[in-house]
Amino acid sequence: MTDTTPALRLENIVKTFPGVRALDGVSFAVLPGEVHALLGENGAGKSTLMKVLGGVHQPDSGTIYIEEEPVVMTNPLEAKSKGVVFIHQELSLAEELSVAENVYLGELPRKRFGRVDWKRLHADTAAILDRLNCGFGPGAIVGELSIAKRQMVEIARALTVDAKAVIFDEPTASLTDAEKEVLFDIIRDLREQGVGIVYISHRMEEIFRISDRISVLRDGSHRGTLITAETGEDEVTRLMIGRSLDLSRNVARTAPGEVAFEVRGLSCEGLFEDVSFELRAGEVLGFYGLVGAGRTEIAETLFGLRTPRSGEIHLKGRAVTLHSPVDAIRHGISLVPESRKEQGLVLGMNCRDNITLPQVDDLTAGPFVSDGAEIAIFDQYRDRLDIKTPSWRQQVGNLSGGNQQKIVIGKWLAMRPDVLIVDEPTRGIDVGSKAEIHNLIRELAAHGYAVIVISSEMPEVLHVADRIVAMYHGRIMRTFTSDEVTEDSLVQAISGLGQDSAA
Amino acid sequence: MADVSASDGTALRSVGAFLGRHGIVVAFGLFMIGFALTNERFIDMDNILGVIRSSTILGVMALGVTFVVISGNLDLSVGSMMSFSTIVVLDLHERIGPELAIPLMFAMTMSLGALIGFLVGYLRLNSLIVTLGMLSAIHGLTLTYSGGQNMDIADQQATWFSVFGQGRVLGIPVPILMFVLLAVVLATLLAKTPFGRKVYAVGGNDVAATFSGIPRARVVFMTYIISSFCVATAGLIQASRSMGSQNTVGQGMELEVLAAVILGGASLMGGAGTVFKTVIGVLILGFIQNGLLLLGLEFYVQYVVTWIIIILAVWLDIAVKRGRLWSPIA
Ligand SMILES: Nc1ncnc2c1ncn2[C@@H]1O[C@H](COP(=O)(O)OP(=O)(O)OP(=O)(O)O)[C@@H](O)[C@H]1O
Ligand SMILES: [Mg+2]
Repeated sequence: MTDTTPALRLENIVKTFPGVRALDGVSFAVLPGEVHALLGENGAGKSTLMKVLGGVHQPDSGTIYIEEEPVVMTNPLEAKSKGVVFIHQELSLAEELSVAENVYLGELPRKRFGRVDWKRLHADTAAILDRLNCGFGPGAIVGELSIAKRQMVEIARALTVDAKAVIFDEPTASLTDAEKEVLFDIIRDLREQGVGIVYISHRMEEIFRISDRISVLRDGSHRGTLITAETGEDEVTRLMIGRSLDLSRNVARTAPGEVAFEVRGLSCEGLFEDVSFELRAGEVLGFYGLVGAGRTEIAETLFGLRTPRSGEIHLKGRAVTLHSPVDAIRHGISLVPESRKEQGLVLGMNCRDNITLPQVDDLTAGPFVSDGAEIAIFDQYRDRLDIKTPSWRQQVGNLSGGNQQKIVIGKWLAMRPDVLIVDEPTRGIDVGSKAEIHNLIRELAAHGYAVIVISSEMPEVLHVADRIVAMYHGRIMRTFTSDEVTEDSLVQAISGLGQDSAA
Repeated sequence: MADVSASDGTALRSVGAFLGRHGIVVAFGLFMIGFALTNERFIDMDNILGVIRSSTILGVMALGVTFVVISGNLDLSVGSMMSFSTIVVLDLHERIGPELAIPLMFAMTMSLGALIGFLVGYLRLNSLIVTLGMLSAIHGLTLTYSGGQNMDIADQQATWFSVFGQGRVLGIPVPILMFVLLAVVLATLLAKTPFGRKVYAVGGNDVAATFSGIPRARVVFMTYIISSFCVATAGLIQASRSMGSQNTVGQGMELEVLAAVILGGASLMGGAGTVFKTVIGVLILGFIQNGLLLLGLEFYVQYVVTWIIIILAVWLDIAVKRGRLWSPIA
């Protein structure tokens, strides 16, 4: 492998933002036909490195080579025309347009007089979609597709050019297992064709499955490149966080207390039917199921964002009606929502103000917001969750993806709720912090909080929950206790198999 | 080669970072120096005070619209609403005297603001459509009220009403004092209170604000109440300054007000802007118009120049954010 010319090479890249040295002289190369994984903690500089490569950011110094030719990437379109395609951490599609229009956005095939050649557009797109095995056509409207399918559209976009290198920044964060397999097939396919692939993810098992080499970034510098076949998770983790990770550490489980929260026969048209469960103080209840099983919709109903058609919600034995999040918050319910960018954060606001937003009314001295009280809360959760930011004044939009997620979690922990609902809490979070968040959830339970964890990651629910509710198509199939649950029975329950025994 | 263009981008960006924070103040300074060098009457104290005083009506309205714009909406009704309050207060003055006329006029103007706030906040109607409609609806209301007649205060010696437009306290014109006082109060409200924080949150991301338990509708409603309060104050100053008025006294001011707010750096997308910067925006607009007059240009040239300056301001804002002057992508 050493004698081939790299498809892509970065030399001594330095990139600073005000108050942050995001990249401190990083060198990195991708060979044609290899999958090169890029690993590092939240805020290590992975996305920044790839944005430099993709022409989104200009480096302060350093050089980019494509097949050993130095190049300057002034913008993403230019990068793409040079064969470097970027599939972003956050999706960037025009939701009102069709799949075909999105795939060829900015470069629609033309006929004479500049008219769009719709026939060719659809034919070309259909050919690419076939290769991806997508299950939707070129005419579908992007806004109506699931997140996973939108991701496919992003990938389809990458395949329109003769790519030399394709960069995937946390592509699987919102994919189901089946969709993940399709993605891996695509990646293997690209590799066969001699495309160099950069793969960023926080999921070790994926990285060990798919990659040929692993490079580790830490605090903006390159800590080493390992050959996947010759290393193990432990070595990688040590490079990444400077120590081994003890995943077995577990906060002692306490005996659950009184019923804190009870849901009876909750239904919502077309979303979920007849959902009943109870949750005790000090208990963590996991909701596991496929994307689209109705878990998020239940959470939103319990937070007053949707009106149920029927059913009752009881808090500490009293029936409550939740008309809005204002009601839910007043009753001590918090929701860490599924989508940090759309629902969780005001990206243009600073870190501190985002964390204190739900309780700003209470953080006052006289009529004014108290700076001191706010900063105290921010400091507490920055330390607790290890949020990397130069100061509380930093705009949340400038934080790395994982650190943004930590801000959302901190914001709702700071409310000290009786019932905490978290929807995919560790999406995009590095292994170290993930363990920390799991511990935190257990610890909250030990302090008497009742917690609902919605997750599509089986290890997560198995690790953190006392009982697991398995959902399929808007219905609860079965509730497992942590003693009786097995991976097989869980998989069966969420795919609707063995429905008869479910009652 | 790579390094050269890379460092170019960085230089522009660090200049940009500074301008981004203080750009409007710098531009204002440069602008004042420029005019002062070309025309000595420009820095004459009387001239400066004159400009400030003639900017107060625009300024008072811009303070309120700042709240509306930061929360992510528009208010194009302020011009015709100002005509309405001017006509109403003058007419009521003649009927029931100033003591009752003023509070009644405020109540009437603010109920128009409440109507807009209800439509945009609670019914979630588009603010452009609602306030554009209100622009002409209120104009119609004003004409109906006045019967198309100009309003005048008949016996100008017998009333203290002129104090708001023409009075002085410690030598400082009352309208300027009212403008400064209102600016300080509203700046504090926006920057220091929970309500102000919510205005930014709703404008920055209304979904996330809702998910954070912020009552979006109520916040938007309140911004229009504030805006209409400011309009009523402007109408009071206007009426008291001239002690008489046409039905169209505020016509076209909505765009000037919006220009001042944007010039001050508030984003039309919502979520950004401050009261202080709006004040600077108002002064820039005032001094530009004054400077052009002193240069001997016709009055109406200012409309064109104002527009050019707004375009420049918006473009510079975007250019600084992306760190380069032009880019093929957004
Ligand atoms: N536009 C920006 N302005 C200021 N700081 C930034 C900007 N973009 C990134 N940073 C900072 O640079 C550092 C590296 O961020 P980056 O997004 O590259 O991290 P990452 O490795 O991708 O992390 P994650 O795993 O959380 O996605 C972080 O400290 C981040 O706050
Ligand atoms: Mg990232």
